[in-house]
Amino acid sequence: MPRVVVDVMLKPEILDPQGQAVANALPRLGVSDVASVRIGRRIEIDFTGEPDLDRAREIADKLLANPVIEDFTVRVVEADETVGAHP
Amino acid sequence: MTARVGVVTFPGSLDDGDAARAVRLAGAEPVRLWHGDAELHGVDAVVLPGGFSYGDYLRCGAIARFAPVMEKIVDASRGGLPVLGVCNGFQILCEAHLLPGALTRNQHLHFRNRDQVLRVESTSTAWTNAFQPGQEILIPVKNGEGCYVADTATLDALEAEGRVVARYVGGNPNGSQRDIAAITNPAGNVVGIMPHPEHAVEALTGPSLDGLGFFTSVLKHLVGAPA
Repeated sequence: MPRVVVDVMLKPEILDPQGQAVANALPRLGVSDVASVRIGRRIEIDFTGEPDLDRAREIADKLLANPVIEDFTVRVVEADETVGAHP
Repeated sequence: MTARVGVVTFPGSLDDGDAARAVRLAGAEPVRLWHGDAELHGVDAVVLPGGFSYGDYLRCGAIARFAPVMEKIVDASRGGLPVLGVCNGFQILCEAHLLPGALTRNQHLHFRNRDQVLRVESTSTAWTNAFQPGQEILIPVKNGEGCYVADTATLDALEAEGRVVARYVGGNPNGSQRDIAAITNPAGNVVGIMPHPEHAVEALTGPSLDGLGFFTSVLKHLVGAPA
């Protein structure tokens, strides 16, 4: 069954201190060619029936993202493409 | 008649007990409200206390905003009900769109817990009329996600309309834009503040008694005394 994936990211102009902290830790792994890291959130939604992108967009706008500081994208994927999906 | 000030308890609220005590010390009757309450039990004002409502899941305050009691508070605030959101309460007020902007992770990523000097910049709100303009007060700050952000136009409007209620002095504990510690809505009845006035109401437990002014202010406001 297809599934809706919502990706939520801080807007580019909002400072991401978590991403900065991760970027600053990378030299300790010997990684020196990363310019920046930004951290967001991925949400997987399973509808009881067919995936409803408009409904998912509404959920994202009202609850999953805070439009003051975050942008989101909504897409449908096959369930076997998603993280942690069981065959 | 004694004013009745509601204090909401969400799952994960921490400072509801202290908030209720501050209300009592200021001379009002605290009324405990439950997040699932579908009515406000006739209270004259409401405090949304600090803590970690709903475990801060998703974003601080994002889920509390949908609690049944919040629907009533949002409606009543539009009719002038004084509402004070402290810390997590401030986050909830922003998530509920009663105040502009958002509270994000402290810029330095550390939880900050210390006594903090604030300068009170607006004394025309329901919660700050007992202070003098420019008065410096000392109250505890304790947050991990207290960095106030908004777009430039919103920040400029807040400043132009005198809606920055208090600013951090002597060091910004979380990276908040323009050192903002507290703001209000255009009507002045809804105030969000990151530091904790309810922890500075008794010599035994607080660094000062400066926090009491927020709670005596709302009593003055309710009896219609000029600010």
